[in-house]
Parts: sequence; C-alpha cells; structure tokens
Amino acid sequence: MKGVYEMSSLQEMKIAADGQNRPKTPIYLDYQATTPTDPRVVEAMLPYFTTHFGNPHSRNHSFGWEAEQGVEKARAQVASIIGADEKEIIFTSGATESNNLAIKGVAHFYKGKKNHVITVVTEHKCVLDSCRHLELEGFEVTYLPVQQNGLIDLEKLKAAIRPDTCIVSVMAVNNEIGVIQPLAEIGKICRAAKVYFHTDAAQAVGKIPLNVEEMNIDMMSISGHKLYGPKGVGALYVRRKPRVRLEALIHGGGQERGMRSGTLPTPLCVGLGEACAIAQREMGAEAERLKALRDRFYDKIREQLPEVYLNGDLESRIPGNLNLSFAYVEGEGLMMGIKDLAVSSGSACTSASLEPSYVLRALGVEEELAHTSLRIGLGRFTTEQDVDYAVEHIVQSVQRLRSMSPLWEMAQEGIDIKSIQWAEH
Amino acid sequence: MAYSEKLIEHYENPRNVGTLDKGDTSVGTGLVGAPACGDVMKLQIKVGPDGRIEDAKFKTFGCGSAIASSSLATEWVKGKTLDEAEQIKNTMIAQHLSLPPVKIHCSVLAEDAIKAAIRDYREKHGNRPAEQAAE
Ligand SMILES: Cc1ncc(COP(=O)(O)O)c(C=O)c1O
Ligand code: FES
Repeated sequence: MKGVYEMSSLQEMKIAADGQNRPKTPIYLDYQATTPTDPRVVEAMLPYFTTHFGNPHSRNHSFGWEAEQGVEKARAQVASIIGADEKEIIFTSGATESNNLAIKGVAHFYKGKKNHVITVVTEHKCVLDSCRHLELEGFEVTYLPVQQNGLIDLEKLKAAIRPDTCIVSVMAVNNEIGVIQPLAEIGKICRAAKVYFHTDAAQAVGKIPLNVEEMNIDMMSISGHKLYGPKGVGALYVRRKPRVRLEALIHGGGQERGMRSGTLPTPLCVGLGEACAIAQREMGAEAERLKALRDRFYDKIREQLPEVYLNGDLESRIPGNLNLSFAYVEGEGLMMGIKDLAVSSGSACTSASLEPSYVLRALGVEEELAHTSLRIGLGRFTTEQDVDYAVEHIVQSVQRLRSMSPLWEMAQEGIDIKSIQWAEH
Repeated sequence: MAYSEKLIEHYENPRNVGTLDKGDTSVGTGLVGAPACGDVMKLQIKVGPDGRIEDAKFKTFGCGSAIASSSLATEWVKGKTLDEAEQIKNTMIAQHLSLPPVKIHCSVLAEDAIKAAIRDYREKHGNRPAEQAAE
C-alpha cells in the first residue's frame, strides 16, 4: 500500500475489522450529503472545547488570546485553499448561511439602484429560496437554464446581464450531479460587466483547485461538513479589492467586520481550518485516487448492465460523484435492495414532494428516467473493496428488479412505453 | 424510513412474479400507474372453470412498498371468486404491511391493479358471469 497513498486510520480500521478483504457494512457512499469529520480534524478541535475555551473576542486575558489565535490560524487556512487573504474570510454557520448572506446581503445593499439577480435553475435550494425571497421583496431574478450536460451556456449568461444586475450566483459544483461550472469564464464575464460573481463552492472546496484571483470570484460560500470538517460551520469569502459591499443579516456585537455578529464557535472554526489545510495538502493525490475508483465503479457497472445512463457531464465533474439512471428500475425500490449501501436517489419516492429531482429535470432527463437514478458519492474513506462490493450488489439488485419490472419486459418485447396511454396520477 | 418485517419479506421474496399469456381468454390483465410517476403495476389473474382465480402473477416498477403491495395482492386474490377479489381494499393491504402514510398510494395502486385485471377479464367475456364464460 505504501507509496500509492497514505491510508487513513478509518480505512485501516475498516480493513482490520474484517481480515477477509470484505468491507465493513453498511458502506457510506453519500459523500455529497455529508462527510465524516477527519480524525485529525477532531484532534485539532478538542483543546478548544476545554483548555482553550476562551471567548475569541475577549481582549483582556490569555484565554481570549489563545482562542483568538486558534480562530485566526483557521482563517488563514481557509483563505489559503482558495487563494484569498485571511481578512476576506467571514465565518458562518455553513453554506446555507453564506449563500443567504452573499445573495441577500448584496441585493439589500444595492436595493433601489440595482434590482436584478442572476442565478441558475440547478442551484441548491438555499440559493433558490434566497432568490425567491428577494422576488417577494420586489427584486427581479433570472434563472439561467442548463444544457443537457448540466453546464450553463456562457452566451446565455452574457445576454442575461443588465445594467441593473447586482449579482450573479453560479454554483461551483452541483451537489447531485457533481458537474463543475466554468468558473474562470464566468468570472471573466462578470468582471468585464462590473457585476459581482458569487459562487456556492460547498461541494468544490477541497475537491478541485480554486483560486479567487485567477477566477475573478468576488464571493464564495464554503461548508465545513462537505470537506471532512465539522457540521455547523462554514465561511463566506468576501473580496476586499475591489470591495464587495453587503448588508449583514445578523446584527449584534459587530464581529466578522460587522458582517456576521455573534461569538465565533472556536472549535468549529479550528476544525474548518484544519479540514482545509488537510484538503489542500492531499487534494492532488486524493483526486487521482478517487477518479480511479470512480472509473472502476462506472466501468464495472457498464460492463454488466445495459441501459445505464450517466447524468451530467463526465469530463467537467468532480472525481467523487456518479449519478446514474438504471432504466426500468425505480430508484427507491433499488435502494431497498442495497440496504448495505448508503446512497441517495433522485426518485420522487424518497422525498416528501413525490416530484423527481429538479436538477435532473433541468438537464432534460425524462421523468421516468429521473425516477431510476442513484447518486453515488465516493470520498476519503472509500476503498477499492467498497467499490467492488457496491458494484456487485447494485448489479444483482438491478437485475432482479428488472426481471420484476413490467417496463423492462415491454422494452424487451420491443414495445415503446411512450406509445401506451398511462393514467398519470 | 422504517419498514415492517412483512413488507421487507415480500420485497425480498416476492410471491408470484411473472407473466401469464395475455391472449388466453381465461386471463385478465391490469396495468396501472405511469412511468413518469415512478410506479407501474401489472397484475394478471387466471380464472378457473369453477370461477375462482386459480393463478395470479405480477410485475411492478416502483418502490419497495409498491412491490410488496402487489406481491400481497396476488397472494390474496388466489382462490377467490371475482366478486370476492373485488372486495379487497387498499386499506387492508396498507394495514397488513403497516405502510407509512406516504406509501398509502402504493396500496391504492395494488387495489386498482386487481380491479383492472377483473375488468379486463370480464370484458373478454362480454361481462357474463365467469362460470359461463369458461366453457
Ligand atoms: C451545493 C450546496 N450548497 C449549500 C449546501 C448547504 O450547506 P450547509 O449544510 O453547510 O448549510 C449544500 C449542502 O447540503 C450543498 O451541497
Ligand atoms: S411507487 Fe412511488 S412511493 Fe411507492
């Protein structure tokens, strides 16, 4: 194993638990939902709960100074992974808050002068809902469509920008299909048009190289728990030159340059910082390892199963994501057959709404195929054994469910399921 | 979501998966649901000379609850006359499998599938009573 990559303690534990080379189950394959906190991150956090428990804003004694040092080191670590200055990092409770602060904050600051916002139909709910909220307040929002591969059309973006546009918000990496938007190109367009460019990078930081200077990014949302840090902490990068003006959402003691009041949660900030530092060090090798695992997964599935469709672009995609439609097999029914695997489904049945994934629908994936999709997320603690075990079980389950599927039967008989008058309900 | 043991048992060992000959006059076929909604059930019954359902088969595209509901439905209709089978209500299926509220529609679909199969059989026989039809 030595020389290929450093095995983490979790990987070692998993293999030690079963000398048979069989992975420990259940297997976690939902790294886009959240990630486990890296044990090294937990270790870095622990002293800040007990010995260095001071209020980082206390200026009068060493307890405060120690805590402040921890926070400021973390701030520098977060800044470093995105090529920013530490003064440009604001700690928040997570990407949801960062997105709210960026979008509403800028819009509110410019209200009356600039009333137009641009975003994309496949954004995370917290971006879309922030924009809906702005619409209720009288702002106008353009929701850019995406192409079949999940990427925006840059010409459509250019055409959508108006003199009264205050902010363009385009996510770096999509949480369902893992596709990477052309950030540098978007940044260039926004800079030329003198419009702020915000990107929700919750799924991107630590996964792909990001640089706010090279990409002309003015604001960037970061989430701790997507990059092996703790839950409940995130950050917003806010550019200082040229300065981004925004109105705070949370008022109080004036911490974080007045943009986000409240006592900073020292251990969480330290954890986010450490998570960024680890990711920055290991990103290159880890991306290669994950890409090899991802390709192994996808190739083995395709070798054994016909009619499996990849949702979203393969090239412009983070290495740890696959989103596959297994035609003629409903996603939730499939998940029940692979109980040992923690994955998620774009099928309606898993959500309360009974509507299939809006992201897949936005790509133009037909509803019947959207119902058959699984999101498979690979990450830092995924092993080759995990992948092989998962593939084997998915293949078996899909084969069994297809043999029970009336749609599969019709397809085999050459009946076009679109020719049938279905009673939609 | 936590599912009942009975439901999981039906999902893992579904009864009567398969297909009967649609063209056979003693067979009635029901096809309900829609692929776009994420659930399609095909349920078939074969009616014997005594007017009782002697065989039933299903195929289902849907969640585990839909598969279990249709499996249970085929088990329940066997040995019943058409009039008796028509009395099977979705609430009985839902109760037997302890379906959570969001899954009630899966049992509704199973009831619809039974009714559709019976209707198809009756239509094939000009809506005459089963005894006379199966000469
Ligand atoms: C793309 C994206 N944005 C925002 C969020 C929300 O992040 P958080 O859980 O840190 O609020 C998530 C995670 O669910 C996400 O995937
Ligand atoms: S088939 Fe969709 S919820 Fe059961």
